[in-house]
Amino acid sequence: MLTALLIMTLLVAAAAAARALADRVQRDPTDELIERLNDLLPQTQCGRCTFTGCRPYATAIATGAADINQCPPGGDRTAAALAELMGREPKPVDPGFGVLPSYPRVAWIDESRCIGCTKCIQACPVDAIVGASRYMHTVIADQCTGCELCIPPCPVDCIEMRPAPQALWMRAQPILSLSTSTSH
Amino acid sequence: MAVKIGTRGGLRLEAHKERSTRQNLRAASQPPIVVLPLDQHTGLPAIAIVKAGDRVLRGQPIAQPSGSLSAWLHSPVSGHVKAIEPRPAPHHLGSPTISVVIENDGRDEPFDFPARATFEELPPEELCEHIGRGGIVGLGGAVFPTAPKLWSGMQAHGPHLILNGVECEPYISCDDMLMRERASDVVFGARVLLHALSTKSCIIAVEDDMPLALEAMRRAVAEAGDSRVRAQAVPGIYPAGGEKQLISTLLGVEVPFDGLPADVGVLCHNVATAAAIAHWIRDGRPLISRIITVTGDGVREPANLDVLLGTSFASVIADCGGYTERMERLIMGGSMMGLALPHDELPVVKATNCIVAASRLDLEPRAAEMPCIRCGLCADACPAFLLPQQIHLHVQSGDLAGMARYGLLDCIECGCCDYVCPSQIPLVERFREAKPLHAATLAERNDAALARLRFEARAERLERLESERRAALARKRQELTGKRP
Amino acid sequence: MPFATSAAPHVVAPRNSVARVMRQVLYALVPTVAVHVYLFGPGLLVQIALAAITAIAAEALALWLRDRPVKPFLFDGSALITAVLLALCLPPLAPWWLIVSGTAFAILLAKHLFGGLGANPFNPAMVGYAVLLVSFPVQLLRWLPPDVQGFDHTPLSLAQTLTTILTGELPAELSWDAITSPTPLEAVRTGLAMGLTMGEAHAGAMFSHFGGRGWEWINLATLAGGLWLLAVRVIKWHIPVAMLGAILVCSSVMSALDPGAYAGPLFHLTSGASLLGAFFIATDPISAATSDRGKLVYGAGIGVATYVIRTWGGYPDGVAFAVLLMNLAVPLIDRYTIPRIYGHAR
Repeated sequence: MLTALLIMTLLVAAAAAARALADRVQRDPTDELIERLNDLLPQTQCGRCTFTGCRPYATAIATGAADINQCPPGGDRTAAALAELMGREPKPVDPGFGVLPSYPRVAWIDESRCIGCTKCIQACPVDAIVGASRYMHTVIADQCTGCELCIPPCPVDCIEMRPAPQALWMRAQPILSLSTSTSH
Repeated sequence: MAVKIGTRGGLRLEAHKERSTRQNLRAASQPPIVVLPLDQHTGLPAIAIVKAGDRVLRGQPIAQPSGSLSAWLHSPVSGHVKAIEPRPAPHHLGSPTISVVIENDGRDEPFDFPARATFEELPPEELCEHIGRGGIVGLGGAVFPTAPKLWSGMQAHGPHLILNGVECEPYISCDDMLMRERASDVVFGARVLLHALSTKSCIIAVEDDMPLALEAMRRAVAEAGDSRVRAQAVPGIYPAGGEKQLISTLLGVEVPFDGLPADVGVLCHNVATAAAIAHWIRDGRPLISRIITVTGDGVREPANLDVLLGTSFASVIADCGGYTERMERLIMGGSMMGLALPHDELPVVKATNCIVAASRLDLEPRAAEMPCIRCGLCADACPAFLLPQQIHLHVQSGDLAGMARYGLLDCIECGCCDYVCPSQIPLVERFREAKPLHAATLAERNDAALARLRFEARAERLERLESERRAALARKRQELTGKRP
Repeated sequence: MPFATSAAPHVVAPRNSVARVMRQVLYALVPTVAVHVYLFGPGLLVQIALAAITAIAAEALALWLRDRPVKPFLFDGSALITAVLLALCLPPLAPWWLIVSGTAFAILLAKHLFGGLGANPFNPAMVGYAVLLVSFPVQLLRWLPPDVQGFDHTPLSLAQTLTTILTGELPAELSWDAITSPTPLEAVRTGLAMGLTMGEAHAGAMFSHFGGRGWEWINLATLAGGLWLLAVRVIKWHIPVAMLGAILVCSSVMSALDPGAYAGPLFHLTSGASLLGAFFIATDPISAATSDRGKLVYGAGIGVATYVIRTWGGYPDGVAFAVLLMNLAVPLIDRYTIPRIYGHAR
């Protein structure tokens, strides 16, 4: 009886130690893990997480250099999904990295003030601004991810964030029934 | 269990149609004002072609389609356009919607539509367009513009035409009365549709617990002497009148989940739609009124009325003797899928097929919700062969992939699962909340994927430009150093 | 004039509730209990009383600890069903602490630890029984002979029954060896172990044409209750048919191969908890498979496992462990038996 108890205790202790050791070992994050983390991110490429894009942030999470709650465009849902993938407790997004409104926003260029300098075009990470030197610039609204990287470079401050057109709020085919019919 | 479940889902429900079908159809009283929302059909709202102050005549077009999926709208009365402004509407309980408000001058002067050749002489495409000009939309509740639907049907090359007279939802009897008294209109409409679709087969489906309607339809079909049209009875199991279920029952084929009936060579229209087509094509009367069942223990004299669009619910109820003291809930539609309305100062729209003034006798109050005990009655009752308990489980845990795998997007929201659940879980309500969430998440993921593609393409382009620049620079340096002595 | 609004559907099936479903299961158990009491005396009723009190108390405690509303759940009937089923699994003179600890374990750990009503992956009554069987095997072997011809039945009065159960000790003039008798399954098992053939083990006044004399009546009463449950559509036919079918097939095949070593289907179907298991235990919807096809696989698995444990395993009856084993398999079964949705190819 005593031997049995002793052996069981030793086995449990060994298993616990192995687990603790495994958690502590800094493994090289596999490319697959980074890919899976990146897939969960909204691809805004805004840099609010302090990294230069979504993939660098994913890499940082995988290597342990960043926490999972640094992505405001992804919101709490993305933070929870990242936490689940990393096997951690979910937590809400840290407001220190930015607080975004609940509705989607896109950039809008005031064409009466635009001077055609192309600085915003160069800044846009997803090529959502159309234009050329000394030609009018305009934002393609349904390709704008709302990253706001175009706003600082503009020398005449003619770019602002506006609510996304309502048609973009739900791009999938809405259910055709009376109480959710398309409104004016 | 007191509930009888069909062999492949569905329920045998008490019809509650007796009281509203005792009297003949009659017209509702002329309203002093009509309110006509511009978006009372599926698709884009119509665009008004009149303005405040204009005089309009009965049947005059007042709004035109704004795109390929839209519909015409006509004035049901003669009078003056009082305003074009946001007004509450039954399908827009959250926010008022732009509506044309017309004051009835009581003179009932008709608009003169130019004479039309008989429909058989018109080529199908033209007939289709002409049907659209009558403001015809699906009157079974979906208010899908009929002309675009016929267009897609024409691509199917001679589809089976089904006229849906299977009024399976309890309380609604408007199609029953229509078929009893105006069966010849339905048959005329069938013949118009047969010509428009260039097809040779039309089945008019009638529920087997509507014997008078079935008999009237059979007589009308025999009188018309058109061998392409026949009436057929269908077992009265709710929701036998659901489009997919009806197609399965009549033709033994299933509509694919990612397709339409036209993909399996079928087109389904409501019998009231066919009658509306008849009134337009044969009599030159566009869609300005429809038959509405007014029933329930909360109204004194249940009946079926022919109501002008835009009449207020209050006026229609008054036409039926007003409310009883037991009146509790106002429902537009039937007891299983109807919309409960907060008040009756709302206009009748093309989708209004029934008004149930319900009292405690009609409604079965829902008890407190208990956890799911996995009894499986919901799965037995589901006409789409789903496992509602599993969808419910995944909805509760927010698992979007799981919801979709068990068929959330295939749910037709008929309410059968809700009805049989011993734990009184409001399943349909949960699924209706979950569907937009699922759609929005899918849309978000799509957007993210596209944004990523653009980002990576841009990064590649910049890198390419950079390496080209460096290569050019190196070549330049090469040339310069080569040139030096 | 404002009206209240509600979401569609605005009607639900009348008189439909969880409590009603559970009540009907309890009604269906009445024949079994009645025959049991007739054959073995009032011990079962005392066990049921103890179990019911423990179940309700444990349920109340658990709901309070979990900060859940007590009233709707306390008398929904699910705890009572667990209590009655567990009481039926124990010998009628088992000491009070056996049924109390078993029921408490079933309700607190097997049910509420996993989330309460609707959330338990394992059948609570079977978990309770398995724990007792493994922990207290001696007390669980003290079955009584039924009060029919051919048995040496020592009737105990209600007072004697009560004192035995509540003190754990028999009245002075009786001894366990004298009054207990093995169940038919145990008798057959012991007989085989002693080298008898099946036919020889089956000889004797203890057995009739079917199974154990007297015991078969309990099983028939259970069958009646089960068929009634089928008729009122509280349970579906898939699990009982699959489970009994599997037992039938296994026992027929094996007894055809070697009638001396393996009992025939009639014996297996009317002995032990075959019928109770098929209609009342395996059909517990919460821990069973979801779809109809899944239920067939689930039921068949229980039947096969029951037969295997009975014939080659370490216990005379295998229903409890078979059910628990298949409960484990339910997520796997569910994953591969999702029914085809309308309009989809598969």
